[in-house]
Amino acid sequence: MTDLTTLTIAEAQEALTTKQCSSVELTQSYIDRAQAHTSLNAFITFEPEQALAAAHAADTARAQGASNPLLGIPVGIKDVILTKGTRTTCGSKILHNFIPPYSATVTEKLLSSGAVSLGKLNMDEFAMGSSNENSAFGAVKNPWHHEMVPGGSSGGSAAAVAGRLVAGSLGSDTGGSIRQPAAFCNLVGIKPTYGRVSRYGVIAYASSLDQIGPFGRTTTDAALLLDAIAGFDPKDSTSIQRNDPLSTALIGKDIKGLKVGIPKEYFVDGMEQEVSDSIRKAIAQLESLGAISVEISLPHTEAALSVYYIIAPAEASSNLARYDGIRFGHRAKDTKSLANLYAQSRSEGFGDEVKRRIIIGTYVLSSGYYDAFYAKAQKVRTLLIEDFKQAFTKCDIIASPTTPSGPFPINDTSKKDPLQMYLNDIFTIPVNLAGLPALSLPCGEDKNKLPVGLQLIGKPWDEARLVQAAYAYEQSTSWHKKLVK
Amino acid sequence: MTLEDTEYEAVIGLEVHLQLATNSKIFAPSSAKFGGEVNEYIDPVTLGMPGALPVLNKKTVEYAVMLGLALKCEIRRESHFARKHYFYPDLPKGYQISQYDEPLCERGQITIDVDGAERTIGITRIHMEEDAGKNIHDARTGCSLVDLNRAGVPLLEIVSEPDIRTPQEAGQYLRTIRQIARFLGISDGNMEEGSLRCDANVSLRPRGSLKFGTRTEIKNLNSFKFVEKAIEYEMARQASVLRSGNKVIQATMLFDSATGTTRVMRTKEDSADYRYFPDPDLPALLVEDSWISAIKESMPKLPSEFVEELTKKFSLSEYDAQVLTAERAHIDYYLNVYNVCSNPKAACNWVTSELFGYLNKDGKTIETSPVKAADLGELIRLIDADEISGKMAKIVFEEMYTTSQPPAAIIAAKGLKQITDDSAIEKLVEQVLNDNPTQIEQYLGGNERLFGFFVGQAMKVSGGSANPKKVNDFIKAGLEKRRG
Repeated sequence: MTDLTTLTIAEAQEALTTKQCSSVELTQSYIDRAQAHTSLNAFITFEPEQALAAAHAADTARAQGASNPLLGIPVGIKDVILTKGTRTTCGSKILHNFIPPYSATVTEKLLSSGAVSLGKLNMDEFAMGSSNENSAFGAVKNPWHHEMVPGGSSGGSAAAVAGRLVAGSLGSDTGGSIRQPAAFCNLVGIKPTYGRVSRYGVIAYASSLDQIGPFGRTTTDAALLLDAIAGFDPKDSTSIQRNDPLSTALIGKDIKGLKVGIPKEYFVDGMEQEVSDSIRKAIAQLESLGAISVEISLPHTEAALSVYYIIAPAEASSNLARYDGIRFGHRAKDTKSLANLYAQSRSEGFGDEVKRRIIIGTYVLSSGYYDAFYAKAQKVRTLLIEDFKQAFTKCDIIASPTTPSGPFPINDTSKKDPLQMYLNDIFTIPVNLAGLPALSLPCGEDKNKLPVGLQLIGKPWDEARLVQAAYAYEQSTSWHKKLVK
Repeated sequence: MTLEDTEYEAVIGLEVHLQLATNSKIFAPSSAKFGGEVNEYIDPVTLGMPGALPVLNKKTVEYAVMLGLALKCEIRRESHFARKHYFYPDLPKGYQISQYDEPLCERGQITIDVDGAERTIGITRIHMEEDAGKNIHDARTGCSLVDLNRAGVPLLEIVSEPDIRTPQEAGQYLRTIRQIARFLGISDGNMEEGSLRCDANVSLRPRGSLKFGTRTEIKNLNSFKFVEKAIEYEMARQASVLRSGNKVIQATMLFDSATGTTRVMRTKEDSADYRYFPDPDLPALLVEDSWISAIKESMPKLPSEFVEELTKKFSLSEYDAQVLTAERAHIDYYLNVYNVCSNPKAACNWVTSELFGYLNKDGKTIETSPVKAADLGELIRLIDADEISGKMAKIVFEEMYTTSQPPAAIIAAKGLKQITDDSAIEKLVEQVLNDNPTQIEQYLGGNERLFGFFVGQAMKVSGGSANPKKVNDFIKAGLEKRRG
């Protein structure tokens, strides 16, 4: 009997349609694997009974003629996304007991496609982190090497798919939190154009940067998940109403003549040799498929990290003001006054990195500093947006490393300085600031034989072209076929 | 001693918060109704739940534009929403969504009437924001209870220029704002219910000086009277401070309605930093010229426009025009009466004297009037058509008020229809004259006062329903006939 968990989503759907297996069997295989691999700590809330019930319902629906690319497919949902009736913690003690009274739009869309949720996936607290070590529910292990981080903040979402505890998952990306874990875990992770996927019911970190996106072991899998959750939502004033083609629309089309921009600022000294080699080889591979490399410049790249670490904490300090112990979540006991209740609840409930960013954010918005920091950062942001606009007059997509290094050890002392940790995101952050679509897909191995990711960045709303290019590259290589033991 | 007598001039600015009568909240789907069970009108957005997002209610913007047009403001074609941060249990998100840098309306004005004289007060800005919930402090348990029904209800904040000079002007300014808001149908404007709130900024300066003095802000004002009293007290307090050579300290004051005094709530040093920044969950609000024009075309007329029409077109007195435009319901009722009878003066008299008299005695309002406007209009039309006498009409009206029936039904039932037929009246009069030969002799002998006797008899015989003028004419003719 084949290990059903080795099937991709597309392959599993084929097997379900041709009755080679049932969704209950498929789901059970994933449940068995999840239960055998609890040491990965990918799940915060694991719901096998609900999953089997949903799988059963999917089988019944299929027997009555229902069909959907995701019908009966086991998935996981990052714990930043609200699931009605199922605890949603955001990786934080402050929400350790929060049972949402409503579901996110993406949850409703995913589940109405017939996908089967196995539960909520671990993450850096409030999506702030690049290693999943900032979770109140413990660190997540990289399935490729258990002493290494899976990346963050969607570490659980990546580990669950790479470890084959689910067939696909949803994560969130504010500065790289889908793409970087995808790179570390040998997966395809897509961050959509800002406004393509609804943020209603997604716990907000930085409102102008957050997007929900998929993890899959293949480009096709990720694209199927993206199409299931994308679309205008009247409940999200920042979601956009458009008639774009599905992200799967151009899968299989060749990429002859596709102009691939190579940003010179993204190939810096200090990158691991094996990482930059893998990227260069990947670009050469794209060229061999008919793509044309074009050198481009994104001159304000160096400012991006600073701009992000002003804007994101500012918005976060505001978005996290609601966690005050009054209506939901953790409330400290034996407090002596209202101010004490607030201070105590939030001190007890929030982890260090979250506190750090709230303090930074409050500072940069405070009177006397607003113009020098927040207003200035938003102005520089427009320069970064213009950089990309200019670059895209010369190319169709942009290729770069996803991360400057491969996966690093859990509890790595060299990353104890938070600023060192922030450097992980230097290639991914500019994309969020510009609201562009981007993905990471496997393209090699680092010096430890651990996964390296290639980042492709697209024009606004051009997910189909990104997927087209990723698919072409993927099908001409075997990185996506690797399986963890 | 008033400030007119002294060397100081008061500089007063008012901030009014107007709760809008929309169906749903400004950014959330729950009802914006007043009343309701505790925490009945709530939803994830109202509660500031994780993941909740604001969606702007279009009616709120429409009402804001209407008020902006009524107050002659410039309507900003692109405006933004900002977050205003502070921690309090009645503010679920830990911030209020408001407008800061670029409010929807700016640079307007309002004309108010103060003891017969007109004054124009500048309007600095009007912006949209959401209301907070209510905290109730339960002394019994030492607990605070939070009711979020009101959280998210749309508010318009109206800021006046510091053009107001007296407590009376402040009161009139508020009354006029209220009247306009009610006429437009955008708010109840009810201070006692909290749908109109006012903070007053008061400072003094030497008469003739153009520099502003230090101001205090007075909060917790729950009626127009209290606004006037608080301002009056604060003006006197500041004058006394200044006269004794001291400086006025900038502070937020609370008005104590029991003692009629103000006291310091917090000073400038303690004021919060709200960390305003543009709300990233709400894109810029773009308002198109065509939409503004459409609103201008279709919005209700303002009280001042009605007064103009009533005095110029209908020749009603200024006083009557004011009475009829005190409330939108009054003018709507009056116009419905006029539409049926086409007699503006009669309509005015019947509404303001008769109807209001009855309503006031009963404690009813025009909205709960037992007499429908169309029916009153019909009654007046019947009078003008000589189908019923004015005296009869009053009796009919009383019946209309008691039974809510239309006049025709009452007239028919009581047989009150006025007799106007000449031959019938002539016959009737002849009968009366024939029946009273003694009085005829006396009248013809010089007792002219007996004319009234014949009129009375004729009315009695006709059951009061003969046309009085015709009765008079026929009696006159009948008597003259007998003279010969």
